Amino acid sequence: MIRIDSVTKRYSDGTVAVDRLSLDIPDRAITVLVGPSGCGKTTTLRMINRMVEPSEGSILLDGADIRQQPVNSLRRSMGYVIQNAGLFQHRTVIDNIITVPRLLGWSKGKARERAAELMERVGLDSSLAKRYPYQLSGGQQQRVGVARALAADPPVLLMDEPFSAVDPVVRKGLQDELLRIQDELGKTIVFVTHDIDEAVKLGTMVAVLRTGGHLAQFAPPAELLTAPADPFVEDFLGADRGIRRLSFFPSDALELETGPIVPLDADATRLTPRGGAPYLLVTDADGRPLGWGEPGALTAGAIDTGRLLSHGRPFRPGTDSLRTALDGAVLSPTGWAVAVDGEGRAVGVVSQAAIGEAIRTAHSEDRPEVTAAG
Amino acid sequence: MNGFFDLPSDLQHSYLGLIGLHLREALLPVLAGLLLSLPVAQLCARFRWLYPPVLGVTTVLYAIPSLAFFVILIDYTGQSEMTVMIPLAVYSLVVLVPAIVDGVRSVPPETLAAAEAMGLGAVRRYLQVQLPIAVPAIIAGLRVATVSSISLVSVGMLIGNQGALGNMLNDANLYHRPELAVNSVVTTALLAILVDAALVLTRNLLTPWMPKKGAAR
Repeated sequence: MIRIDSVTKRYSDGTVAVDRLSLDIPDRAITVLVGPSGCGKTTTLRMINRMVEPSEGSILLDGADIRQQPVNSLRRSMGYVIQNAGLFQHRTVIDNIITVPRLLGWSKGKARERAAELMERVGLDSSLAKRYPYQLSGGQQQRVGVARALAADPPVLLMDEPFSAVDPVVRKGLQDELLRIQDELGKTIVFVTHDIDEAVKLGTMVAVLRTGGHLAQFAPPAELLTAPADPFVEDFLGADRGIRRLSFFPSDALELETGPIVPLDADATRLTPRGGAPYLLVTDADGRPLGWGEPGALTAGAIDTGRLLSHGRPFRPGTDSLRTALDGAVLSPTGWAVAVDGEGRAVGVVSQAAIGEAIRTAHSEDRPEVTAAG
Repeated sequence: MNGFFDLPSDLQHSYLGLIGLHLREALLPVLAGLLLSLPVAQLCARFRWLYPPVLGVTTVLYAIPSLAFFVILIDYTGQSEMTVMIPLAVYSLVVLVPAIVDGVRSVPPETLAAAEAMGLGAVRRYLQVQLPIAVPAIIAGLRVATVSSISLVSVGMLIGNQGALGNMLNDANLYHRPELAVNSVVTTALLAILVDAALVLTRNLLTPWMPKKGAAR
């Protein structure tokens, strides 16, 4: 565990970047430091590998003060990922990745073997190994950055706004990838970002810092969304924290109706209102949803798929959260969400009202499930 | 004995010998200038306040006419190659120091931060990160310094035939052989072009990591 013990960083001009900060960073989990610019989050991160020395207080790694070991050996035991990747532009992808293993005295062969393994793990094609950074996209460069940080298999990974310079689509991919890698490797990750959505998505624990380097709140993301400690945190979380909090409620408790689901080739007797739904969900031969239709307007044997109403984005019960389910219901003009299985086949439909009921039930339970994220 | 490449015996060198001498007198000072510039530039990059005064000093030194330099140096180094080469080395600083400082500063801050965070000490960061990334800027500076040095060597003629190819200019006058002057000028220019081309080639070999012109990623 990394223990930050009432650490203060004061610069010679009197500015205080971090003010008596204490944090216990749990092992094998992602701890996110989030806050507006000037809140000292990067300074805090850099104190962990001694790129910045605290003015007061101490930082303990597994109980030992980090100042007890030589600075470069400390740094080599912590992976570091930075915004824009910070790759060595004069070295190939593979030579970038093997930087720390080579510093630690690994043989070139062993280091390269390890690099090849890591490229696969972070989703880089092996054909990129001999490329130079300028030949890669921003997202690929950042993947190399992550592989380079993981190269010597450090127990700790420090990530300083690693995904903030890539476009939103690539960023989402990198975030999902990080969560997947973390599932496999279980590193102790300290992650700095100014993006509260990223913090909520990635963090096992989230530390919200405010300008001047004060800790405003340190809590799991669901708790942060449920009970912000003060107006600053509440404001920082944004206007839709209620909706975002639904990310932490699983959707498997929703009662799905199967009655309104009809196949494209349904006969006239099936084309009548069923369940509570005023509409019918038409599916193709494989059971995948095509869209909603009014029972009276559908002609048996000749359903015009072009005139069906959009079914929004389907959700997967169990995997997706109530937020995704509600989103699907809100997106469809019918107000009903469609549940699908892993193959995309419709397994049921659920109304906004039923989702609302599930939300109320979930709220009434003391604490939301923190396991289902996304 | 009046061919284009037949040189008067007082030059004490064959045509090729003069070329070798010229290259030595031109390139050794640039090399010395480079070795002096590297640490000076590193200090300037590290301590920003040092850069303006250093630039001022190199510029003032560059403004000293070579003849004035010779007059001072001749007391110490005599009518020798050394007297020619010392001013040339000093002149090269005015180009090389800013080139290296710009090159070292062109390393992106996140690259340096990443290097530090991975446990590369200051020496490794300099040798393995800053210097290699500064190579294009350094070679750009070397190209200017070298070409200028090759043309300046000829002035050495004034202190007892220490000007290599430049000495042919004097002989052209003495023996009324204008073709010697033409030879001197053309050969000097060709040398400059060839050495410049060699530097460009060296840069291309050293920097396979540079984006190729016109080729998008």
